Amino acid sequence: MPKVFIPTLLRHLTDGQAELELEGSTVRQIIAGLEFQYPGFTERLIDNGRLRPNVAIAIDNEITPLGLMESVSPTSEIHFLTAIRGG
Amino acid sequence: MSEKYSVIGTRPIRHDGADKVTGRALYGADFQMAGLLRGFILRSPHAHARIQRIDTSKAEAFPGVHAVITTKDFPQVDGTKMVDLGEGLMPLAYARGNVLAGDKVLYRGHAVAAVAAINAHVAEEAAALIEVEYEVLPCVLTAPEAMQPNAPILHADLTTKELGENTGKVSNIADHIRFSIGDTNAGFEAADLIVEREFNTATVHQGYIEPHNATALWNTDGRISIWCSTQGSFVVRDATAGILDIPVSQIKVTPMEIGGGFGGKIPVYLEPVAALLSKKTGRPVKILMPRQAVFEATGPTPGSYMKVKIGAKKDGTITAAQAYLAFEAGAYPGAMVVPGAMTVFAAYDLANVLIDGYDVVVNKPSTAAYRAPGAPNAAFATESVIDELAEKLNLDPIDLRLKNAAKEGTRRADGPKFPRIGCIEVLEAMKNSEHYRSTLTGPNRGRGVALGFWFNIGFPSSCTLNVTADGTVNLIEGSTDIGGSRTSIAMQAAEVLGLKAEDIHPSIVDTDSIGFTAVTGGSRTTFATGWAAYEAAQDVVRQMKERAAKLWEVSPDSVTAEKGLYKSNGHSIGFKDLAARIAETGGPIVGRAAVDPRGAGGSFAGAIVDVEIDPETGKTTILRFTSVQDAGRAIHPAYVEGQMQGGSVQGIGWALNEEYFMSNDGRMMNSSFLDYRMPTALDVPMIETIIVEVPNPGHPFGVRGVGEANIIPPQAAIANAITRAIGTRLTRLPMNPPAIMEAIWCQKSSSPHS
Repeated sequence: MPKVFIPTLLRHLTDGQAELELEGSTVRQIIAGLEFQYPGFTERLIDNGRLRPNVAIAIDNEITPLGLMESVSPTSEIHFLTAIRGG
Repeated sequence: MSEKYSVIGTRPIRHDGADKVTGRALYGADFQMAGLLRGFILRSPHAHARIQRIDTSKAEAFPGVHAVITTKDFPQVDGTKMVDLGEGLMPLAYARGNVLAGDKVLYRGHAVAAVAAINAHVAEEAAALIEVEYEVLPCVLTAPEAMQPNAPILHADLTTKELGENTGKVSNIADHIRFSIGDTNAGFEAADLIVEREFNTATVHQGYIEPHNATALWNTDGRISIWCSTQGSFVVRDATAGILDIPVSQIKVTPMEIGGGFGGKIPVYLEPVAALLSKKTGRPVKILMPRQAVFEATGPTPGSYMKVKIGAKKDGTITAAQAYLAFEAGAYPGAMVVPGAMTVFAAYDLANVLIDGYDVVVNKPSTAAYRAPGAPNAAFATESVIDELAEKLNLDPIDLRLKNAAKEGTRRADGPKFPRIGCIEVLEAMKNSEHYRSTLTGPNRGRGVALGFWFNIGFPSSCTLNVTADGTVNLIEGSTDIGGSRTSIAMQAAEVLGLKAEDIHPSIVDTDSIGFTAVTGGSRTTFATGWAAYEAAQDVVRQMKERAAKLWEVSPDSVTAEKGLYKSNGHSIGFKDLAARIAETGGPIVGRAAVDPRGAGGSFAGAIVDVEIDPETGKTTILRFTSVQDAGRAIHPAYVEGQMQGGSVQGIGWALNEEYFMSNDGRMMNSSFLDYRMPTALDVPMIETIIVEVPNPGHPFGVRGVGEANIIPPQAAIANAITRAIGTRLTRLPMNPPAIMEAIWCQKSSSPHS
């Protein structure tokens, strides 16, 4: 199953668990699974059906431009990051 | 140059060279148009004040004035709506508030009103007649002060967020971030030596030579044309549309040549104002920003307060690392503390890490990106502590770094693992360099090294290639060229097509004439727009094969193309000869591509510096400086070297002299290039360069962006060199002569022999 890494500041939602394995084939499904087990993630990561502007998703160590629509495989690692920019 | 390539790795003359050296290149200030009015912006004399009243009547009555606007001229829409500023979204109220202040001014230089008049002098004179009544409020100028419970509050509606979680607490702290892996308490307990220090860095400016400028024409059909100096024409289009609450399709932005940006020309400042003035006057309006306003009102990089603690075993193995980063955002949230936190320990393979970062608003101009934003601050702290560990453990500072260096598979503190990176290769190149192996002798001299990492980004880019009958190709793209990118992009197309770089004619066009292309920033342009050019060239090759097949009456699948030569079943024809026959074989050939690539591939950079300190004046002389950087694949090595040299010199200025010197009431006291001391060619030696090439597996040619990582290590490398020269460590930037003299005097006064 895809492995989800919980950001440090959101681990209070998962009783301190830093990594979880969740069913799902897209990021949206993974977050829905998270929300089902540990309510509060959707509000913190999604706004109006889209990823919050300050949140980025890394799948298998690459930031994805597809956000919630990105596909994940059973061996994927999923990270929720703070979005960055460059100069 | 790799034998694999014919064009990549060569050093052709830049396509814009003739225009630039003859002065014919057109910049925003050169733009002229019939009926052009000039605009001038009135700015706040206070760092923090409530606007009680604005009376524009005298200015409006002044002869030659055509219009005066204030924030009331903006359309009234929901301020919580988010607008896209190119690399991220921002609440409309903040984006608009920085263009023209609402009910408060938040920094000295904050725009308050604007005038359009028959010429610049009349506009400036009329602006002085605008009466603004202020209720002056106490200001707060540093992050630690602004974080105090009793600090003056800049935004009554600003509450601290923690990755989407709103704490509900009104504060100057806009954001708190935290990254952690392992157990730092256990890690520090396992250490034989722990070094912990506090660091401060001053606010510095990107220092581009060309001031901001914008000309706008709000046509009678409702469409707006804008000509400006920007790092992202589509950013200007989208941000202006958001601020003015009009569809993006109503705006066409034409990027003029740009005289430097370094991240500071991503935000919009003048464009919406010029557009509103044009709407009100019915004429085109041009605004040129004076240098003082550039310093006082456009994005500097954050000043910062940092604490870094690192523990290590006697053999140099790092057991734990902890960082506290408080960055000044300026007037609106958005300090670059996130990338600061993501890069602060990224160069090292660590098991136990805890990083806290705070984005803090203060009464200074709203900060903007500046080359690897946030990373130079963070690296100054980390690389100073690493150096001190090496010194106390009696280890070579490069060996200590090599022992702990990040590599493919290293998990960063923010979570993801590194793909193939060149951290070790950069360190080895530093260690094996003639510079590092040479001996430095003489009194008051010291050598320092440091390492830096920057992520680089992908983001969307578009490219069109039009094949001409003479066998050359016109390349159309939308990336503003701030560092030679039109040539590095053209070279990638040339490589695929088997042509010379000179056979590709690149043009950077307006937003109506090319597909969406994100900012020139994040070291993405040669990577991403280069990738678009690569794909567009592949599209051309595919169509050229079809044309050759038509000529020879063979299947297109049987046609091969190698270095511009097309072959099939004993037939062969070169690109140019085939191009001469496109009209008869089916008409124009246009190659197109739009990409949104991943795999940007981060870049590591190192610096080696020798300094000499004058013990009487505290002046630092840079004796020798070597910049080392992983370019992945250097498309045009001279441009890579230029980026490394430019970033190094900016880092030297940041280290030794540059700072916003602020009065207690928030006035920048050195807002001119006479007083804001940037290095000139007389202040630095030739910057030696060593290009390391660890190809990025995420790019067809292995490109890693090279525009930013080079500015990260100089500050710490110079600090480490000064430490060895004078025997005491400086932890505050800039390390200018007064700071060095103070350090020398403190050392003498604390010496038992003094």
